[in-house]
Amino acid sequence: MTMYRSQHLGLKYLAASTVLFGAMIVFGLLSALYYVWPGFLLNVFNFSTAKIVHINGLVLWLLMGFIGAVYWFIPQELEREVEGIALGELMFWVLCAAIGVVVAVFIFVQYGGANETSMWFINQGRKYVEAPRWAALGIVAVAGVFAYNVMATVWKAGRSTGVLTVLILDLVPLLVLYLDAFPEMTNMSQDLFWWWWLVHLWVEATWEVLIGCIMAWTLMHLVGASRRVVESWLYVEVALVLGTGILGLGHHYFWIGTPRYWLGIGGAFSALEPLPLLGMVVHAVYDAGTHHLKAPNRPAFYWTLAEAFGNFLGAGVFGFMMTLPQINMYSHGTQWTASHGHFAFWGAYGCGVLAVLYLALQHTRGAETLDGRAWRWSFALLNIGIAGMAGALLVAGMDQAFFERAVGGSTWDAFLAMQGRPWFTESMWARLVFGVIFAVGYAILLYDLFSIGKKAGALSPEALAAAGR
Amino acid sequence: MYTQDPLFWRAGAFATTAFMAAVLAMLTVDTLRQISPGGAHVPSYSVINHEITYQYDPALKQYGPKVGGEDLLFGRSYTDEEASALIARGKLVIQSRACIDCHTFFGNGAYYAPDLTRAWMDPKWAIYAGPKRSEKIARFLMNPLRLGARAMPNLGITRDEAEAVVAYLKWMSSIDANGFPDRFGAPVGAEQ
Repeated sequence: MTMYRSQHLGLKYLAASTVLFGAMIVFGLLSALYYVWPGFLLNVFNFSTAKIVHINGLVLWLLMGFIGAVYWFIPQELEREVEGIALGELMFWVLCAAIGVVVAVFIFVQYGGANETSMWFINQGRKYVEAPRWAALGIVAVAGVFAYNVMATVWKAGRSTGVLTVLILDLVPLLVLYLDAFPEMTNMSQDLFWWWWLVHLWVEATWEVLIGCIMAWTLMHLVGASRRVVESWLYVEVALVLGTGILGLGHHYFWIGTPRYWLGIGGAFSALEPLPLLGMVVHAVYDAGTHHLKAPNRPAFYWTLAEAFGNFLGAGVFGFMMTLPQINMYSHGTQWTASHGHFAFWGAYGCGVLAVLYLALQHTRGAETLDGRAWRWSFALLNIGIAGMAGALLVAGMDQAFFERAVGGSTWDAFLAMQGRPWFTESMWARLVFGVIFAVGYAILLYDLFSIGKKAGALSPEALAAAGR
Repeated sequence: MYTQDPLFWRAGAFATTAFMAAVLAMLTVDTLRQISPGGAHVPSYSVINHEITYQYDPALKQYGPKVGGEDLLFGRSYTDEEASALIARGKLVIQSRACIDCHTFFGNGAYYAPDLTRAWMDPKWAIYAGPKRSEKIARFLMNPLRLGARAMPNLGITRDEAEAVVAYLKWMSSIDANGFPDRFGAPVGAEQ
């Protein structure tokens, strides 16, 4: 099957993303063990290290999935090879090598003394952006080359599309905000203030727009959605996501030492944040009905639907449930947040990356249609696993919010007593069980990705057009 | 129909984004002013020379830190410069040991170990008067003990580093966080 070099690079990114997805699960299961087995690996491999690899694995598998998706779709969008593709290919291997070194240092060195050497070469100790500075610089370089690839290709092509325009405008803040991974501020209030610019304005703004672009392309290739309709929806989504999400940043500014006006601003705008996600669900239901739940590529179609529903439920409903300051005062910093985090990342981003993966596979395998039994099992187990984990963590978090926080007064003793309460410990066991179910779903996903569509016949011109080229 | 033209929606998207970004920029300028050390919400670093307690404010109807008379850390008085340097070092210790990947600060971080926002005034440590409290916390950091369902690992924290962390925790406990955490350490109905 003829493919652009950029699409080969996209596949490499998607493959690396899938490997990191697995690493994230392994370290997630490990992190869950510390909750049911007090003293587990103490002073050998502490909880913090397992959690750092788990969370950074999450960020990276999604980012690499996004980058892979863009490299996959761009040559189709502009009908030409990506400009500077050799540099893009080089940066892929640089990124993989850097990830390997950083993970090895996290695992074997773990931490250093209170000096600049630790910040540059071991661990910066800021949640989500623990990667040492040299690696953070490397990520900037990789993201810079990626942005150059996209922009130079549009420039050389002499034309753009609505989706590409939004993508390019989104890549600029995405890159600039990451520069916030470097500063070392003494004042925790200021540190957290800027840190949330990076974390929130990535996850609840620029990433949402990026996945919006990727899903726009996915819908056009998957079900032949009209460009005019998809691009109009993308603009509406951008208006709603950024219109509510930019000031929705305020829901992280309730309790970090910031002025009181953030309580009202953050509460009001984050209450509106589910609106674009609700719009996606409405549209997904409409599309699913129009296509009678059928498409030539069934796994990609179902993962696209899961994306819409998961985003609304995990990010929208579970997010809203704990976002108003009146409940956030007690839910903030409990397992309730972890529940929302697990469900939201999966629904908003994970499902979307898997949809693109199946779309690309249909093309590379030359399959006219893509279906089977294995993907259904992995689809079911992964979604049951994540819903179960989110549910278990929600029970634990509510238990904490009411008994540890509201009744117990948030002291160390209240926290420690809560960690031993049956509702909490049983929830932690339930989370571990559902985590194992999720891992089984991943194993079947891997099997399916290797095998699906390999026995199918050659791609017909119509299916080829639908899948990509 | 103009609504069927994507350019109509594009204009709306760009205008909305630009407006919200401008509002955020203005609020950021004001917020940074208020959260600088010595600002309305964040005391200067030399607050570590004072007693800090968590009190109910009848006017705001919420709890918050209250700065009292002299209460020296490790029995020493720190100048502004000394306090700044000590607390900056404390932050570096906190980052180098990735404390936020087990604990939370102002509720942000991991949820495996207790929140550290008001750790300085936690009843577990507040029962110790005067310099004894700072000494107890410093020793705990250097040789952590198991506390109920959690055991803190030994992270090789030196005496100097431990003192810097204690100073950091004391300063952080003085920050006005809009009533978070509610009723910290006070019995139910204490505000009546």
